[in-house]
Amino acid sequence: MRFRPLQLLMLALALACGLLATAPSRAQDGGADIGALVRAMGEASLRELQAIVSDLAATGDPSVTPSLEALAAGNLYVNDETGAVVIMQRNRMYDPVSEEEIAPVGDTDLSRIRVNNSLRRDIGTALGGLTLMSPNTATRMSAARSMLAARSPDNLPLLEEAIAEETDDAVRRMMNAARAVTILGMPDASLEEKRAAIPVVAQSAGREAATILNAALSTAPEELRPSIEASIAGIERDRAVWGAAQNVWFGISLGSVLLLAAIGLAITFGVMGVINMAHGEMVMLGAYTTFVVQEVIRQSAPGLFDYSLAIALPLAFLVTALVGICIERGVIRLLYGRPLETLLATWGISLILQQAVRSIFGPTNKMVSNPSWMSGAFELGGLTITWSRLWIVVFAIVVFVALLLVLKRTALGLQMRAVTQNRRMASAMGIRTPFVDAMTFGLGSGIAGLAGVALSQIDNVSPNLGQGYIIDSFMVVVFGGVGNLWGTLVGAMTLGIANKFLEPYAGAVLAKILILVLIILFIQRRPRGLFALKGRAVEQ
Amino acid sequence: MITQAILRALDKKAIWLVGILLVIAIAIPAGNLLIPPGQPFHVPAYIVTLFGKYLCYAILALALDLVWGYCGILSLGHGAFFALGGYAMGMYLMRQIGDRGVYANPTLPDFMVFLNWRELPWYWQGFDQFWFAMIMVVLVPGILAFVFGFLAFRSRVTGVYLSIMTQAMTFALLLAFFRNDMGFGGNNGLTDFKEILGFPIQAASTRSALFAATAVTLALSVIVCSMIVNSKLGKVMAAIRDAESRTRFLGYRVEYVKLFAFTVSAIMAGIAGALYVPQVGIINPGEFEPANSIEVVIWTAVGGRGTIVGPIIGAVLVNMGKSYFTGALPDLWLFALGGLFIFVTIFLPKGIVGTFAQWWRQARGPRRDNTTPRDTGASADRPLVAADPQPKPAE
Repeated sequence: MRFRPLQLLMLALALACGLLATAPSRAQDGGADIGALVRAMGEASLRELQAIVSDLAATGDPSVTPSLEALAAGNLYVNDETGAVVIMQRNRMYDPVSEEEIAPVGDTDLSRIRVNNSLRRDIGTALGGLTLMSPNTATRMSAARSMLAARSPDNLPLLEEAIAEETDDAVRRMMNAARAVTILGMPDASLEEKRAAIPVVAQSAGREAATILNAALSTAPEELRPSIEASIAGIERDRAVWGAAQNVWFGISLGSVLLLAAIGLAITFGVMGVINMAHGEMVMLGAYTTFVVQEVIRQSAPGLFDYSLAIALPLAFLVTALVGICIERGVIRLLYGRPLETLLATWGISLILQQAVRSIFGPTNKMVSNPSWMSGAFELGGLTITWSRLWIVVFAIVVFVALLLVLKRTALGLQMRAVTQNRRMASAMGIRTPFVDAMTFGLGSGIAGLAGVALSQIDNVSPNLGQGYIIDSFMVVVFGGVGNLWGTLVGAMTLGIANKFLEPYAGAVLAKILILVLIILFIQRRPRGLFALKGRAVEQ
Repeated sequence: MITQAILRALDKKAIWLVGILLVIAIAIPAGNLLIPPGQPFHVPAYIVTLFGKYLCYAILALALDLVWGYCGILSLGHGAFFALGGYAMGMYLMRQIGDRGVYANPTLPDFMVFLNWRELPWYWQGFDQFWFAMIMVVLVPGILAFVFGFLAFRSRVTGVYLSIMTQAMTFALLLAFFRNDMGFGGNNGLTDFKEILGFPIQAASTRSALFAATAVTLALSVIVCSMIVNSKLGKVMAAIRDAESRTRFLGYRVEYVKLFAFTVSAIMAGIAGALYVPQVGIINPGEFEPANSIEVVIWTAVGGRGTIVGPIIGAVLVNMGKSYFTGALPDLWLFALGGLFIFVTIFLPKGIVGTFAQWWRQARGPRRDNTTPRDTGASADRPLVAADPQPKPAE
């Protein structure tokens, strides 16, 4: 994974989208004989229809698709007076070849062209064959996929023809899989052919492979059994590996969400010893900032929509950091040395912030949309990875690294660490501890705001958004240990991955309960978390 | 020895408090049952139930005060003990419904029939007996608090860490009780109760009796609490609150003292929950919400922690405010509650009672003679201890 500036990537993605939109559309050259064949369908009997369908399919011309689709769906009608064949859909009529809308005629003059199930099957096969030859790669791919599902021996010649002409590797692989699956299912295919088909199925039939092979196993001759069984075992092994990888990915994804939510808390708790119960509300404020930014953009500059998150990030940081500094100066400053009271006062602040947001924006969920570069998903081996999750993982890492740099490389960071380690000594050395406290709280809150921008992409933006994360964030901080960002990272990732590995066995809720119980037990062994700050003071 | 302890517990303030509670226990039900509607002193039925609820909250707040105000353990999970006690009572009341439920199943509660359960789970056995349910009301919160406290205090989890852990505990229970598979009615909880000990639960006389029982229980809780805080143990508790390490260095087994206070407090909370459920007629997982437990803390803080009267006054006042606000100005309630949290922690750290006591002392001027305590019911051979502890940072 390479890091690039966000804008550049968005630009590249926007360009790619533009290119896709102008991709070649389907060719339009309905020959005269197609028109005649379609017209003949109006008068044909069921048997004749079957012949016409196969003739139409034999033309290999994509423009016969609409009429065949309409025929299968029962939308193809014949005008009894003129003998013209039309497609009728929702009381509108179209020409079956050109697909142009034509002037409607009364219902009474039209009669539906009847089809039966065997004809429908033929049409399906014909359509599959037609689309197999389509110039559009995506269409060919989906056709191959549907043939894989159909496993009809009739498709075999079509498939073989298509494979010979196919240029795209992925599509050819899918077609080969479809062919192999069809052969495996055919009773009259030769042993050799079947034997050759097994590995093809195992490699390229995707998630269905095991089912297909299992089905084949029951009918397979004795000689083939060992090789089928071996293939199935291989598939199961692969699946277990990919399943584990998927769990790890989900865990990392959950872990990065937890990391984002908890890292600001770790700073305020670590440096100031302050439990900020209003931290979740800072996350919520960040999410609402994103919402406001998107609303403004939608109304005044829709073209900028893909940049909305880039605009929201600094704004959310500023808004929440300011709110945080106000809270620190207004309330927490008065309560230093009384951590339990601070906890209660910040809880009060969280209630007020929640109700304020509820009064201003209403209690319902707000729509925050994903910019185009964050929607959709892609496949990586056996993994399906959504872009939004991937970006959140990247974002969490960026925030983590940035924070690490701030703490290690800036004067403010140095002062913060000094105050964390020994407040009175730092003060004696001339560090303005109240200023550092305010800045630390502002930084922690600002990071919560950044987390809010990220969470607005995957969660409901409502006044209760923060509440859902606050306990989890505390667990991460307590588990990871206070005063050490690495502890927070390890804590978040451990909890995220453990949660996702427990989920398949225990269910989502029970997994969460188990994690909580495990943390409570873990705290027995290490009351100060994984990475505790070492000190010689008596802990009071 | 016990009588001695009780006598010691009953200093002047406690006697007044217990006396007032006993009068209330008689007066309000009498006002409801004996004085006909329309008369000036008639107490409407809804007031009886409402104040019964407040008094349950008061027991809960007093329980929290015992650990927080006197022992320095800020528990953010007392709502869990309250709810567990409530569930034990709710299970008894569910079994009393018998075949009068919607599905008319003589043994299975409605929600189990609805979920196609064939037979009663083992942990529901015995709850048709009142005595068994009452034992469970005490045992379940008590054992949970004992195990949790044993683990936490032994490894010296203190301060905010302990608060967060208790919050995690109630959160875990919340999630667990939301599950249908747990067999506690899932989301809907237990409700639709018919009768308690054979008396219809909706009847005015039953409600009055429940109110009286609650007030008497509160009075008993006051006696138990002042017994504990006025004993030698109470002195050690206060020492732990003010300087835990120092107390440990003096040779006290800090974790056992804390464990004792935590367990007793959890049992009190459980009993409060058991009295609460028949009066409100429902118990559901919402009672485990961490927010509820934090609200209990604010009742105690408003009234004045480290005092016996304070939590009771705080619980009643805050909840009266809540009833008013949520009815009249629902949008403002959270503002008011949040403001209360901030105001009390900054300006009223001793709570109402503590602040008044301070004014009172200042108004009376400094004590001239330090050798003999003021007349507070204590005599020379048993000096008054920890009657008025100073709330200090609990860490």
